[in-house]
Amino acid sequence: MITLSSYLTLGAILFSISIAGIFLNRKNVVVLLMCIELMLLSANINFVAFSYFLNDIAGQVFVFFILTVAAAEAAIGLAILVTLFRNRHTIDVEQLDAMKG
Amino acid sequence: MESLYLYIPLASLFGAIIAGFFGGTIGRKGAHTATILGVGTSFVLSLYVLYQHVFAGVETFNGTVYTWMVSEGIIFEVGFLIDHLTVMMMAVVTGVSLAVHVYTIGYMADDEHNWPKDSLAGKNSYQRFFSYISLFTFSMLMLVMSNNFMQLFFGWEAVGLVSYLLIGFWSVRPTAIYANLKAFLVNRVGDFGFILGISAVVLYAGSLDYVEVFAKAENISQQSMSIFSGHEWNVMTVICILLFIGAMGKSAQVPLHVWLPDSMEGPTPISALIHAATMVTAGIFMVARMSPLYEYSEAALSFVLVIGAITALSMGLIGIVQNDIKRVVAYSTLSQLGYMTVALGVSAYSAAVFHLMTHAFFKALLFLAAGSVIIAMHHEQDMRKMGGLKKYMPITYWTSLLGSLALIGFPGTSGFFSKDVIIEAVHHSEIFGHKFAYIAVLSGVFITAFYSFRMFFLVFHGEERMDEHTRKHLHETPRVVTGPLIALAIPSVLIGGLTIGSMVFGDYFAGAIVVHEAHDALAKVGEHFHGAWSFVEHGFAGPALYLAALGVFTAWFIYIKNPSIAEHTRKRFALIYNILDHKYGFDEFNEWAFGGGSRGLGNRLWQIGDVVLIDGLLVNGSAKLVGWFSSVVRHVQTGLLYHYAFAMIIGVLMLLTLFVII
Repeated sequence: MITLSSYLTLGAILFSISIAGIFLNRKNVVVLLMCIELMLLSANINFVAFSYFLNDIAGQVFVFFILTVAAAEAAIGLAILVTLFRNRHTIDVEQLDAMKG
Repeated sequence: MESLYLYIPLASLFGAIIAGFFGGTIGRKGAHTATILGVGTSFVLSLYVLYQHVFAGVETFNGTVYTWMVSEGIIFEVGFLIDHLTVMMMAVVTGVSLAVHVYTIGYMADDEHNWPKDSLAGKNSYQRFFSYISLFTFSMLMLVMSNNFMQLFFGWEAVGLVSYLLIGFWSVRPTAIYANLKAFLVNRVGDFGFILGISAVVLYAGSLDYVEVFAKAENISQQSMSIFSGHEWNVMTVICILLFIGAMGKSAQVPLHVWLPDSMEGPTPISALIHAATMVTAGIFMVARMSPLYEYSEAALSFVLVIGAITALSMGLIGIVQNDIKRVVAYSTLSQLGYMTVALGVSAYSAAVFHLMTHAFFKALLFLAAGSVIIAMHHEQDMRKMGGLKKYMPITYWTSLLGSLALIGFPGTSGFFSKDVIIEAVHHSEIFGHKFAYIAVLSGVFITAFYSFRMFFLVFHGEERMDEHTRKHLHETPRVVTGPLIALAIPSVLIGGLTIGSMVFGDYFAGAIVVHEAHDALAKVGEHFHGAWSFVEHGFAGPALYLAALGVFTAWFIYIKNPSIAEHTRKRFALIYNILDHKYGFDEFNEWAFGGGSRGLGNRLWQIGDVVLIDGLLVNGSAKLVGWFSSVVRHVQTGLLYHYAFAMIIGVLMLLTLFVII
């Protein structure tokens, strides 16, 4: 029998991986987007797990919302990325520091 | 009668307003007509009031004209106290002022030459001058007629203000601006004491009204206050000394005398007005008016006496070394004011006011005569460039001679009576400091005679030292100038003998001036008084007359008979000459101590307060603080996405931790 804590642990591990990905990655913005997607998925796992173990369908409804939002976000993110690349000829995270104070 | 009193100052004010505000429209003629009519009305009404009070026996008037406000039981009002002292002052002020007004027509006739072309201030300066001198008369009338301290203070400040305007009348001259600023500042010092004195009066008497304050005088004199802890001061002494500090400023007593010689920067008519009638007499008048208070404080009287004696002696000495004709007369005024103050100090108030009156006439005469000489000399004031003017200006010569004789106390002239009375009063006084004062006033007689006739001989006798151009144009001044000279010469000679019997030894001032029996030196002098003529005879028995004669003789010997002595003596006594020439260094000391001190203080305040505290700490300091904080905080803003994400995670973790713990 797989317990709730196993699912939550999986979600936490996925989340940590994505955070680590955000921090360790210094090169590619695409990887950042992928990490964000992964974060959302880890949240989805939590939702589904709770939904199942608490017998509440609302959690799974939320998963669909999140997937939709994630898809839209990915589309917009990639579009921004393309424009960014056109303008600056790079997607190197290290060099994208126009906001530096 | 009551409304008549009101018209006296208002007539002068009216003339001043007409000439001041509508000077451009009514022109020169209109301006001097309006002001002379105004002051003339004041003069005629003053004479009428004088006649009514002195000869027709009208009672002393004391009433309110207008109540300004009442604050916690203290009434601020405009009111008149008309008694024998006031009517005399009113007649003298308006009389001298009228003479000065008429004289000014001649003196200021070519005033436009004193201004640069297209000068805005020079436009209508003639009308402005008339407006100012009328305003001066108004201020002084308000001062002498007041029945309360508030109006006294109003008049006090008003004459200060107008003197400021008049001394700096030629505002394009830096020296005039310096002089009027000096007069204003020095008077501020005196006025500060004066207003403290008035505050003390209000504090202890609870009223501004003279009569109410005088009624409480005895009560006040028994109280004491501690200014510095551990020292008890008699309240009356404190009040009187504070009020007298005000008088020292206005009446130019040492050490607040420094403004008066510099006031010579103004046009000569106002010198006459300031020195004779309107401003410097205010202090003497005030002390005489306050005699019911001063009588209760022997300490204050001694203070007055010593200050007066120092002034009388030391200022006369400076007069000897001056070369500017107006400055000699100015130092003579200082010295004569010292005499009046000495008289106040020995409780001979009536003698002080008597000398004030006679002095007003002969000093106005001397100033106007000096002005007449200056007009003839094309505004040259250095006596070393004059000489032998007798044959060119006979009227000025004779009137000056009469004025000088009155000043030195030639027997029979009014100056003789007033000065001899003071000397006799000092002689009979027993107040602390009377011996010093007696020596001072006696030596003052010799000095007065010496510098007066030094001036007289240098200007009117001896060789003609002016340049050829000036000599050719020398002639007697116009009638508007000589008329006032003659008009003033008559009272200068006669008024003393005519009035001494009633004013000094009679009961003319009964009720207006209070003298306690213990101080009454004049009464002792009066025991020997049997009419003006016997007083003249009595004068031959005292040393004063011979000292005056010696002074005249010395002046004649040095400056006419043997002019080389003067130069020789100056070289021989170079040290004394230098001290006198530098006026004992009062100006240098003030410049160094007060000028330098306040500049230093200002610099310090600027450097510490402004530069360090405000600019450095508050303005630039806060900017720097923000800058420093931002420079620290900007390191957080790397612009790198993962740093922001990291901050967000940390934040979320912290919030979670908080959430879990709580």
